[in-house]
Amino acid sequence: MIEIDLARSSVRGLNERLHRLAPGTNEHYWRVLNPNGAHAIAVGITEPIHVEIKGHVGYYCAGMNAAATIVVDGHAGTGLAENIMSGLVRVNGNASQSAAASGRGGLVVVQGDASARCGISMKGVSIVVGGSAGHMSAFMGQAGTLVVCGDAGHDLGDSIYEAEIYVAGSVASLGADCVEKEMTQADIQRVAALLDRAAIATKATCFRHYGSARRLYNFHIDHAAEY
Amino acid sequence: MTAPPLRHSAAFSREVIAEIERAADEGLYQIRGFGTLRRLPSFDDLVLLGASISRYPLEGYRERSATNVTLGTRFAQKPIELKIPITISGMSFGALGGNAKRALGRGASAVGTSTTTGDGGMSEEERAESTILVYQVLPSRYGFDPSHLRACEAIEIVIGQGAKPGGGGMLLGQKITERVAQMRTLPAGIDQRSACRHPDWTGPDDLTIKIQELREATDWEKPVFVKIGSARPRYDVQLAVKAGADVIVLDGMQGGTGATQDVFIEHAGIPTLPALRQAVEALQELGQHRKVQLIISGGIRSGADVAKALAMGADAVSIGTAALIALGCNRRIHVEDYHALGTEPGACHHCHTGRCPVGITTQDPVLESRLEVKEGARRVRNFLTVLTMEAQTLARACGKSHLHNLEPEDLAALTVEAAAMAGVPLVGTDWIPGRNAY
Repeated sequence: MIEIDLARSSVRGLNERLHRLAPGTNEHYWRVLNPNGAHAIAVGITEPIHVEIKGHVGYYCAGMNAAATIVVDGHAGTGLAENIMSGLVRVNGNASQSAAASGRGGLVVVQGDASARCGISMKGVSIVVGGSAGHMSAFMGQAGTLVVCGDAGHDLGDSIYEAEIYVAGSVASLGADCVEKEMTQADIQRVAALLDRAAIATKATCFRHYGSARRLYNFHIDHAAEY
Repeated sequence: MTAPPLRHSAAFSREVIAEIERAADEGLYQIRGFGTLRRLPSFDDLVLLGASISRYPLEGYRERSATNVTLGTRFAQKPIELKIPITISGMSFGALGGNAKRALGRGASAVGTSTTTGDGGMSEEERAESTILVYQVLPSRYGFDPSHLRACEAIEIVIGQGAKPGGGGMLLGQKITERVAQMRTLPAGIDQRSACRHPDWTGPDDLTIKIQELREATDWEKPVFVKIGSARPRYDVQLAVKAGADVIVLDGMQGGTGATQDVFIEHAGIPTLPALRQAVEALQELGQHRKVQLIISGGIRSGADVAKALAMGADAVSIGTAALIALGCNRRIHVEDYHALGTEPGACHHCHTGRCPVGITTQDPVLESRLEVKEGARRVRNFLTVLTMEAQTLARACGKSHLHNLEPEDLAALTVEAAAMAGVPLVGTDWIPGRNAY
């Protein structure tokens, strides 16, 4: 276990060391102390290492992550794991807006609540929110899966493409072109598998399924009011 | 007795009547490519004064007028060095075909300058051909890949473009082929609407942190450009500088686009001429002129435009439409295909259709095969060389041993409007409207 105390060293120094790791490194376990809300902690990692961050983090923690497992024991600021490519990012607290924005792969778990625009323009990432998600979550979601165990705010899935959304609680409102869909056995299995990977104990059968009506895929005058 | 001449309304001209009829018929705004078609104040309204008794000129074929420019000297560990101050602007693979991206890259690299990716990510073609490649971070984040971020020479955060400041990209379904769709994680054949706002930041304070993240992800090596459409350049430039930009890319109203609403192209933003002056003044106010480099784009067509832009204070220019025209855009070949689009060579702005008669703005393999990469690269290289030599000709005539030694004092304006916008005197006077108590 390599321990980095950000009270005594810089984010720059931490990221530089993480980026210098060679493929197959044996420096596998990292612990970061006293993050104190600093921004851009553990961004751009490319190796399958394990990073524990003991405290709250600022913007863009674990941004562009590939392969690594990053666990935040605290709350996370804006843009948690934005553009994640693969690996796992877990926050054992709440996450601010735009969590997993544009994520292309991997799994992002927010144990508590996620704020607005969770999963905005998601492109393949899987997201599990243990609590509730704010307004415009999965806005323009292109691919991937958003699972919300609590409630979802207004305009869920606005202008959504092919992302899939599952919500256990209430939905304040659906955004343009987002509709409720049938919860099939395959959907239940998909949600159950994600809940299992996220280690969140909620029954997959109590979710409802939302996705694109695909009415806005091509410009048409009859849908002008929705643009 | 002959019939009196017919009178036509100025307000409801034939073009206006035709557009109203089209709108009533189709029920959808007009979408097109290219840039503004209207006459705007431009670099044509300025002249360079040249040397005489009070200034020494340089010998045209003997004395050097250097052209190199370094971009990203503020914070980046590895600034980029261009041999000429003319770059190729961001144009997406998707809007452009692979052969066009390849030819632009090869032509630009031959003269030591950069090309830029675009909405949709980095294509293999352009990475292979461009020695210096600027990787755009756009609101859509289509195809954004951190490995590409690490593979580029500079990063450009796109906030807007001159053709549509405040608007996102657009690529109609006929250009969303399987490959384009896969790169953008979209269903093939849809009319793609790019976001106009970034998904993970809002406002200048967030932008500061976003730039920090990009620098951290790339170990502070690469210059970070911030590209803005010309709307309020005085404020936007200063906010971008405050946010930590190494380079500002300012795209004027004459900048082109692959597709957007005609009303957007013609009625939003301000022309390149006043935008450039305001941007330079904004940098000067902060004491950052020549420290944060300024690239201006939007309607740059000739070496004269390059020289005038640099004289007004730009460090470099960027070209898009002119580079495509050098490649063959609007060339008088395959005329029947222009006619099929309802247009003709010289008036084509049908990039959005994907049926580009010369094989540039298309994903159709048959059409694209009309653009031969080697010949296209030769034409791009030639054009960039001519622009550079023309700018050098004018710089030498003004007595400048480097293009960057051109200055506003070398300029005069042919119209009152251009004098006010560019902040240089009206020819034959010392008058700059808006200054000196006038």
